Amino acid sequence: MSAKPLNRSQMAWRAAQDITEGQIVNLGLGMPVAVADYLKPGLDVFFQSENGVVGVGPLAAEGQIDTDLVDAGSRRITLRRGATIVDSASSFAMIRGGHIDVTVLGAFEVAANGDLANWDMRVPNKGPLVGGAMDLAACAQAVWVIMEHNTRKGGARLIEACTLPLTAKRCVKRIFTDIAVVDVTPSGFVAREMVEGLSPDELRARTGAAIAIAADCGTIKAPPLADGA
Amino acid sequence: MAIDKRVASAAAALADVKDGSTVLISGFGGAGFPNTLIRALREQGAKQLTLVVNSATHRYSLTHLLIESGQVAKVVCSAARGAGKDLSPFEQLWKAGKIELVCLPQGTFSEAIRAGGAGIPAFYTPVGVGTDLASGKEVREFDGREFVLERAIKGDLTLMRADTSDVYGNLTFRYSQANFGPAMATASRCTIAEVRAVESEPIPHTRAQLPGVYVNRVVVEEKPA
Repeated sequence: MSAKPLNRSQMAWRAAQDITEGQIVNLGLGMPVAVADYLKPGLDVFFQSENGVVGVGPLAAEGQIDTDLVDAGSRRITLRRGATIVDSASSFAMIRGGHIDVTVLGAFEVAANGDLANWDMRVPNKGPLVGGAMDLAACAQAVWVIMEHNTRKGGARLIEACTLPLTAKRCVKRIFTDIAVVDVTPSGFVAREMVEGLSPDELRARTGAAIAIAADCGTIKAPPLADGA
Repeated sequence: MAIDKRVASAAAALADVKDGSTVLISGFGGAGFPNTLIRALREQGAKQLTLVVNSATHRYSLTHLLIESGQVAKVVCSAARGAGKDLSPFEQLWKAGKIELVCLPQGTFSEAIRAGGAGIPAFYTPVGVGTDLASGKEVREFDGREFVLERAIKGDLTLMRADTSDVYGNLTFRYSQANFGPAMATASRCTIAEVRAVESEPIPHTRAQLPGVYVNRVVVEEKPA
């Protein structure tokens, strides 16, 4: 295949380009937190974290670390200008009440109707871990997903109906994969952008449900970035 | 007699904990774990406990001491997966059928505790509808959207961490130390706060983050021997 997929940093970069001035954004663990590194210059955005931090700043440098100041991924962080901190019950009231403009989440599967599966791989013998995934998926104003278009074995992650346990029904609005930007619309998946060299047929072959190609479907122009995976 | 909620030691503060108690424990991501009180509860030895704690497996919490010692019959949490491939103490006991598990979305977990402390017996939430975590629960439609009915959580005892207290039990928190503590303080018959220090003067109302009305006992942190 001639098309070169985006690496994980480039996927985060692409998602970051869609964040707009003044938004309240919650970034999921893993690849999504890297979105904060690639905002458009000058954009003023508040990152909310489920443990109650409203205004997450950059990770704390050595010597700056305070073990009482962490984000939902237990990372030692700093605060941005204007940050506030609330308790967990208030933080989830903020999430459930629809006060988060965008959440960017990792995922295992997204269905053509927007169903999301991102919390339980059914790992044998391991306990369940749901955290705040269901709250964010069910209640953020917009749910975006960053994930590889296919599994390591080549299976489809964009599919007709999820096979793994659901996180929330009909919640995903946009998916940023390593080869495409895909919207979830009332009529199913619609490709908005593809990486250079990818043909519509290849995209369809790698997608497990019907996918339309937008009339104005563009090319993803990501800068070269070291793979942050 | 003037109010003074200070107790001389964690052991003294926990002396009356009974077997079968439901114990709420604060803490998230390394911040706000009442580890002095958890160690003291391990020593105190109460059994058949139900723990209400966000994570059953967190590496910075000492909750695992209670689980390893066999004091825990049930855990209510939002996270029960240990890091790495090896099974955590909790996962081993859970797989062996020795600990009962209730897993809730974290916002449902925190709201259930808040409701428990606010006199609300149950509430409808949009979170979890159509998922495994809502199976068997009542679903009702309001204004065209589905909601699942969740029961409130109340405890016999809350163990929480704060930064400072005064003799009235008014508390302050550092950064993200508060997390589940304030809600948990409201939801139990007895709340014990572990603090870094007790201030000699009352904490001004502009600085107090949790009123002492929810705090029964205050213990200053003790370094492990």
